Amino acid sequence: MRQFDRHQGLVAPMDRANVDTDLIIPKQFLKSIKRTGFGPNLFDELRYLDEGYPGQDVANRPLNPDFVLNQSRYQGASVLLARRNFGCGSSREHAPWALEDFGFRVIIAPSFADIFFNNAFKNGLLLITFDEATVDRLFQEAEAEEGYRLDVDLESQQIITPHGETLTFEVDSFRKQCLLEGLDDIGLTLKDADAIADFEQRHRQARPWLFRQAG
Amino acid sequence: MAGQTLYDKLWSRHLVKERDDGTALIYIDRHLLHEVTSPQAFEGLRLAGRKPWRLDTNLATPDHNVPTTLKERAEGNAGIVDSVSRIQVETLDDNCTSFGIEEFRINDARQGIVHVVGPEQGATQPGMTVVCGDSHTATHGAFGALAHGIGTSEVEHVLATQCLIQQKMKNMQVRVEGELGLGVTAKDIVLAVIGKIGTAGGTGYAIEFAGSAIRELSMEGRMTICNMAIEAGARVGLVAVDETTVEYLRRRPFAPSEEYWDAAVADWRELVSDGDADFDKVVELDAAAIEPQVTWGTSPEMVAGVGAQVPDPAAAGDETVQKGVSRALEYMGLYSGQQITDIRLDKVFIGSCTNSRIEDLREAAKVAKGRKVADTIQLAMVVPGSGLVKRQAEEEGLDKIFLEAGFEWREPGCSMCLAMNADKLGAGEHCASTSNRNFEGRQGFGGRTHLVSPAMAAAAAIAGHFVDVRDFGAERAANDDSQVQEA
Ligand code: SF4
Repeated sequence: MRQFDRHQGLVAPMDRANVDTDLIIPKQFLKSIKRTGFGPNLFDELRYLDEGYPGQDVANRPLNPDFVLNQSRYQGASVLLARRNFGCGSSREHAPWALEDFGFRVIIAPSFADIFFNNAFKNGLLLITFDEATVDRLFQEAEAEEGYRLDVDLESQQIITPHGETLTFEVDSFRKQCLLEGLDDIGLTLKDADAIADFEQRHRQARPWLFRQAG
Repeated sequence: MAGQTLYDKLWSRHLVKERDDGTALIYIDRHLLHEVTSPQAFEGLRLAGRKPWRLDTNLATPDHNVPTTLKERAEGNAGIVDSVSRIQVETLDDNCTSFGIEEFRINDARQGIVHVVGPEQGATQPGMTVVCGDSHTATHGAFGALAHGIGTSEVEHVLATQCLIQQKMKNMQVRVEGELGLGVTAKDIVLAVIGKIGTAGGTGYAIEFAGSAIRELSMEGRMTICNMAIEAGARVGLVAVDETTVEYLRRRPFAPSEEYWDAAVADWRELVSDGDADFDKVVELDAAAIEPQVTWGTSPEMVAGVGAQVPDPAAAGDETVQKGVSRALEYMGLYSGQQITDIRLDKVFIGSCTNSRIEDLREAAKVAKGRKVADTIQLAMVVPGSGLVKRQAEEEGLDKIFLEAGFEWREPGCSMCLAMNADKLGAGEHCASTSNRNFEGRQGFGGRTHLVSPAMAAAAAIAGHFVDVRDFGAERAANDDSQVQEA
């Protein structure tokens, strides 16, 4: 997994609540058997005026000029500012893959859907939750000031705004450690292989019907 | 000390290890797989040179991409016209073969939507932890199992370690007391719950559905309710074990063998919340007050009783909510003050992991029997949840009822629930759908989805617009309701 310690980036404000994973990456792109290449189709239905399909060259598609990520001032954005319940809906990990592939490293919102939250951290994205009032204020600043950038430091759990204001955020220690070190979850869990095997044995004795005999 | 909730019990039964950082390793008893969220996980295993930890917990079936017309299905995988879809299904077959995982392939009678197949096979049992790379895994909680959706990285994690890294959720109880009105179903209960608590109301919680109205439901009804816990933001939906649960499982292919049956049932009976258990939040609904529900917007919480009107954005909560409602009405092509019953429909879809089980099809058939789909409806389709549901429905003659009424009778799969196969809505088309998500573009680019129960969908197909199924059925309920099953 990609490591994350500190990131400074341009902020794009997406002023819309309940952004679901169907909107982040529409289903026709889920047919891929790969993990990469979803960036060009991130927010496909909002970004383009026509209907997208997999394998298409997006260069010639008509862009929706009203969509925030199409505006010139937000080109190169890597911090997404979003509204409540971001990432609701399906469990597709293609959603964080697409966000990451597009170039986002940080998403800030008042709340996130559970499965998306989990998936995002496993793909090197840092998700930060602030109260509605703080998010509102960031929206106002990012919309008012062109080139609005945030400096996000995971180690100290702090964000510094262009005005020099410092905002402290929460992140659980396990996720923080994984991000800082770019750790592979599976390798970490397999360090406990003995504990798993012990549990499994006790579980089998207590409830043998959960273990089907072959044949 | 307060007693334990059902969720607490399931959690502690599977706790392998608590870590210092507040996370825990939880052991997984059943892992269901389908073609969309698994290829990258198998690829990851291969790249790391890892093997599945325990093969017999895994069960796979293709569902999202499979075509649903008989003609296409006759050719098996080769009948999948879209090559990208075909490759995904073939990749599942190849992965299952090479790793030794049991799979019900495209034309196996047991194939179907993974959340219909698991319970139907008895592969979902009380007391299990059940996961699948699909958010509607919450469905399986209807059996008193701890079940939730996971992402692809977690699919790989479960394959490799038989465990998941989890944090304990909070406990919510949704209590639905009283008797449902005639024609009001499990789908209406869950839509009403989502309307009440919102699509983020359950975030961070495991929701246990309780109360007399839930106890009265069949397993099919309970699955419909738990299925949509995720639409209320909760990864986990639960219903306590009772006689209905035990009877459903008896003699299913994957159910405990004779040898263990009594011990298993005794164990399952403990899977109820203790009388003095503490819930972090309790929500109560009066079953008798629930009307048949119809969603009018682009989020499942944008829902109203069939007798209501499309709401006014200005009257809806704070600014963020108001904007959401305005945007939804624009997308849906509806205006505030419009009667729900004045919404005209183009297509009707009866299917999906929410409502494609035998009971759902019976309810829809009851309404459709002896009637005709309105001329203005371009397509009304019934897609059974599995090959076995289809067979059962045909044995009961339901297929004939639907065909005579002008519905199409299809092969099992996810179909127009998310339109990954060829079944989809055109831009601007309104669809009465028994599925679970009405997001923009969910059933096709620009498509407009209204979520309803199977009976409401069938009635809408006949009328060409939404109608209150209670009035609709009443005209003739007295003389021929009872004949549907032996028709
Ligand atoms: S029927 Fe719909 S919601 Fe259910 S698993 Fe298939 S696509 Fe997902």
